[in-house]
Amino acid sequence: MHESIIRTPLVTGNPSLHDITEDISRPVEAKPTKAWWIGFILSFLGLCLWLYSAGYTMTVGIGAWGLNKTIGWAWDITTFVWWVGIGHAGTLISAILLLFRQNWRNSINRSAEAMTLFAVICAITYIFTHMGRPWLFYWALPLPNQYGSLWVNFNSPLVWDVFAISTYFSVSLLFWYIGLLPDIATIRDRAKGVAKKVYGFLSFGWTGSARSWVRFEAVSLILSGLATPLVLSVHTVVSMDFATSLLPGWHATLFPPYFVAGAIFSGFAMVQTLLLIARKAMKLENYITLYHIELMNIIIMVTGSIVGCAYLTELFIAWYSGVEYEQYLFLNRVSGPYWWAYWIMMTCNVISPQLMWFKKLRTSLAFTFFISIVVNIGMWFERFVIIVTSLHRDFIPSSWAMFHPTFYDVGVFIGSIGVFFTLFMLFIKFLPGVAMAEVKLLLKSSSVAAKKRLAAKEGKTYEFSPETGGVVIAATTTVRKGENHE
Amino acid sequence: MNKYAVALYDDEDVLKSGIGRLQSAGVQIYNVYTPYPVHGLEKLVGVRRSRLDIVAFCFGCLGVSCAFLMMWYMITYDWPMNIGGKPNFPIISFIPICFEMTVLFASYGMGLTFFLVNRNIPGSTPRIMDERATDDRFVVAVSLNEEKDPEALNTLLRDSGAVEIKQKEATY
Repeated sequence: MHESIIRTPLVTGNPSLHDITEDISRPVEAKPTKAWWIGFILSFLGLCLWLYSAGYTMTVGIGAWGLNKTIGWAWDITTFVWWVGIGHAGTLISAILLLFRQNWRNSINRSAEAMTLFAVICAITYIFTHMGRPWLFYWALPLPNQYGSLWVNFNSPLVWDVFAISTYFSVSLLFWYIGLLPDIATIRDRAKGVAKKVYGFLSFGWTGSARSWVRFEAVSLILSGLATPLVLSVHTVVSMDFATSLLPGWHATLFPPYFVAGAIFSGFAMVQTLLLIARKAMKLENYITLYHIELMNIIIMVTGSIVGCAYLTELFIAWYSGVEYEQYLFLNRVSGPYWWAYWIMMTCNVISPQLMWFKKLRTSLAFTFFISIVVNIGMWFERFVIIVTSLHRDFIPSSWAMFHPTFYDVGVFIGSIGVFFTLFMLFIKFLPGVAMAEVKLLLKSSSVAAKKRLAAKEGKTYEFSPETGGVVIAATTTVRKGENHE
Repeated sequence: MNKYAVALYDDEDVLKSGIGRLQSAGVQIYNVYTPYPVHGLEKLVGVRRSRLDIVAFCFGCLGVSCAFLMMWYMITYDWPMNIGGKPNFPIISFIPICFEMTVLFASYGMGLTFFLVNRNIPGSTPRIMDERATDDRFVVAVSLNEEKDPEALNTLLRDSGAVEIKQKEATY
């Protein structure tokens, strides 16, 4: 595959094919480091907190939370939407960027897809905890009941959501696992003893024959084509849970694109948080380069601007609609008792991504990490603002209320972060965190070494600085047109 | 037991030119194994375009039909549901679930077919020729069962650019 030398290289250093295998298999094959144990134990404590808080909630019911007669949805749906949204970046990286032939996705798609799966698992735990009586979850499924038989109401977006989330999880799992097969096979062929048996079983007998690669690429492409509209549909359906209601603040046709952009925005922030840590801890700087981080920051900036536009559109439409209730609601959001939540949301989601216009800032690791956390906080508050501020001042002023979270609200939330990180820590310990085969594919065209070879062929020198990501291409010999310079 | 001559190459371009040379010398290549998809290789070894896209389309059609029939049966035919007097055959409300089921059926139908035709079955013995084929070597296997002159074949393989040549006996 030919690639121009002026394109920024995606693999730095000068790894051989074997070095890539070594670098990426190392965390799986070596004994876990101290840093891994600390991370795992902290996450596991979070998981225990989830078990306790969710267990208590399921035992006594959702009265354990701070819900009241006015605010029936609060932290549960806020965090559910937050988690589903985070999942979207993984599918964007693995599917949409594949369709657009963005080769830089190759080294980040594996961990981003894993993040999708774990985020959707966390979202699904919220579906169960917020039911109050989770053993009756099958009421949401299209099953016959005793009333001869009355089925579920297919007009309801909540029923669509059951199909959307479960399809999303299933398809993401399949996509992720098919991509993992060649890499699990690599681990299998290097392992001995029990590990060889286990990875042998998980590799499904992958060989890497010419025919299987042709099928592999066909399947990846078609799954991307299927996952792309799927991921857009999932958050569209989630937004319809709100948009099809008649509540001011929720009843907006803007919701589907606004939710999808917000989902990608928050998901990329979470990918940044995870990758900046993983890259350092697993020494993957040659594969997840500064350029990857910069590109993701640009996506954060663009989606952040779309989200900002949506916020302003909401305000404008509220005024322009002339609907008193709608106008009051937005006035209340901006300046009512929850003004602080609204302004945290505005600062974190609208102002902070605009700082990425500065190249110095978007190529700074520390700043990127900081902004990624800020965006995650902001996006949590976005959902909190949408849900709680739309509910808390009911149509009758005597029903007005405030939401005060209890220990169990906070416990289930912090606990779900623990569940997420526990799964992620186990993933990077037991499965290759970067798609080896796909990075190897880039070596001949997009690595610094390949660029150097190409430059030499054209009679130029090629200098790359890994710290700044800067490239200097200079002509050393004059090459006349039509001259053979092989 | 089947016998194979296994030639290991260390570069995809050497592999492709090597295969060309072997084929012009009349060597029948059993299979080629690579650590990553080598584009252009499929044409050399005569692998046809995958028809899994057709499989995906058929399963997708099945998915959309199942979803539509299910919803029609449940809220139009079996118990016509009256929600505020609205029509009980709400085709527009069927769209999201029809779409999700299309994607679900197409992905899993295609995915499972992929596993099946690739013989990717959990627990099956991997039919590998050399363990480095998943690491950094491009492996060409030539069947030795009917080979009359293995020495000549070895020379041919070496001349084609292979860095290492092995013999492999396997039950597959």
